Amino acid sequence: MATEQIISMRNVCKSYKMGSERLNVLKNVDFTVNKGEFTAILGPSGSGKSTLMNIIGCMDTFDSGSYSLNGIPIHQTKERELANIRNHEIGFIFQNYHLIPTYTVMQNIIMPLLMRGQDRKSAEKDCREIVEMLGLSERIHHKPSELSGGQRQRVAIARALCSKPSLLLADEPTGALDQTSGTEVLKLFTKLHEMGNTIVMITHDLNVAKWAQRTIRIVDGEISEEAVNA
Amino acid sequence: MSNIEKLQYYFEFPYVRYAFIVGILISLCSSLLGVTLVLKRFSFIGDGLSHVAFGAMSLSTTLPVMIKQYALSWSGEDKLSPRMQGVVNWFGGLNDMYIVLPVTLVCAVLLLRTGQNTKIKGDAAVAMLSVGALAVGYMLMNRFPSRANISGDVCSTLFGSTSILTLKREDVWLCIVMSVAVIAIYLLFYNKIFSVTFDESFTKASGVNADSYNLLIAVVTALIIVLAMNLVGSLLISALIIFPALSAMRIFKSFRSVIICSAVISVACAAFGIIVSILSSTPVGSTIVVADLGVFILFSLISAFVGKARS
Repeated sequence: MATEQIISMRNVCKSYKMGSERLNVLKNVDFTVNKGEFTAILGPSGSGKSTLMNIIGCMDTFDSGSYSLNGIPIHQTKERELANIRNHEIGFIFQNYHLIPTYTVMQNIIMPLLMRGQDRKSAEKDCREIVEMLGLSERIHHKPSELSGGQRQRVAIARALCSKPSLLLADEPTGALDQTSGTEVLKLFTKLHEMGNTIVMITHDLNVAKWAQRTIRIVDGEISEEAVNA
Repeated sequence: MSNIEKLQYYFEFPYVRYAFIVGILISLCSSLLGVTLVLKRFSFIGDGLSHVAFGAMSLSTTLPVMIKQYALSWSGEDKLSPRMQGVVNWFGGLNDMYIVLPVTLVCAVLLLRTGQNTKIKGDAAVAMLSVGALAVGYMLMNRFPSRANISGDVCSTLFGSTSILTLKREDVWLCIVMSVAVIAIYLLFYNKIFSVTFDESFTKASGVNADSYNLLIAVVTALIIVLAMNLVGSLLISALIIFPALSAMRIFKSFRSVIICSAVISVACAAFGIIVSILSSTPVGSTIVVADLGVFILFSLISAFVGKARS
């Protein structure tokens, strides 16, 4: 059986205009991610990994090349459709959680579903299932300020999972956490991967990248190395 | 005559009833928008647009005089041709909103776009547009005065001193339609507006076209500013938008409760301000804004007192 590709990026280039010069941030980036893979994109600051994440997440455009997400040709898609793709295909997990401080855990998790037009009752039902799986049931009516960093990140993961995306895209998910909470979050990623989720994690930390099944190293906007982790 | 009798007497006049209806509707809409603008740190956009509205209002008022003067100097005659007189009369009879609204809308969109420009930062763009519009407006009013009392016209446009009491039935209907549109937009897109207000990055990542919603907020801001110009004048519009939201935020913390409280404060202050201005002959706009200021001080004191009691 052929392996299904979730991400297929071919010769993607991206540059920004800096005054009178053009800064080439991504140079012929070429890689694929298969369904069910847990991939880390590793790179130092300024390597272009955030730009790459924005392109993978359909939040930014690119100058040339092609990119398909779950079979959808993103390079031929208009912004209105891209917004729809972000809502249905991608679950974002941010370094600093991006939780709404005045909302409870439940309200935060169901927010993307409500924005999609799903009714509150069924959104809450979906939320309860995921919250239970992530061990947050007792915290469902708490506000983010009443949670630890690790718990906040688990809420952010629950919110990303709630819309049943084809890809979980995590930007430095342990960057704002201490080592213990960071390890907890990475164990959760491993569990989600074992359950069949496709995860792409952006990080600058080699020790974090090692938790993934595969590491793609990016340096100066180019993919310098791809390795399967032990 | 007692105050109640005085009020009953005044409310028999349609223009007072119109002022009351319009005042309530405008204050309700501006309070809804105020919470979003304050949270997004866009309060100054409201202020900038109100100055633009002043410039546009000046243009609308002076346009017939301007056309007349230039037509006469071009033709070299003392009297306008019947065709040209028709044009002047058409502009003279045109409702100001038909000029003020599109100009303010375009500037709202421009401000939003310029705000994203790295060359001119948001606050500089607002300041530039704001003083520019004010200067152009004042210059037009002086160069092409439609009446002898220029300072009266300027004062009325800036402080809305009399315009709320000169509303026609057509203005009231226009105001009702626009207010209903604003409230409907808020109810229909509540979740998305809420999300864009709090966290644009997350909203974008969640599959919402955040730029479109920012544009929608800018358009609604322009609409409300044009509406509110009649009530409080262009200089005091910001107060009408910002004070109720800031007062509500002293006491309440959730978005929904802040919006509800802000709407109640705004409507109550508008009704109070209009009634007080009828009874004591004070300018409507500034009376409403002073009432809003009073509520803000009161709520700040309550918040400080509650905070102290808790600690």
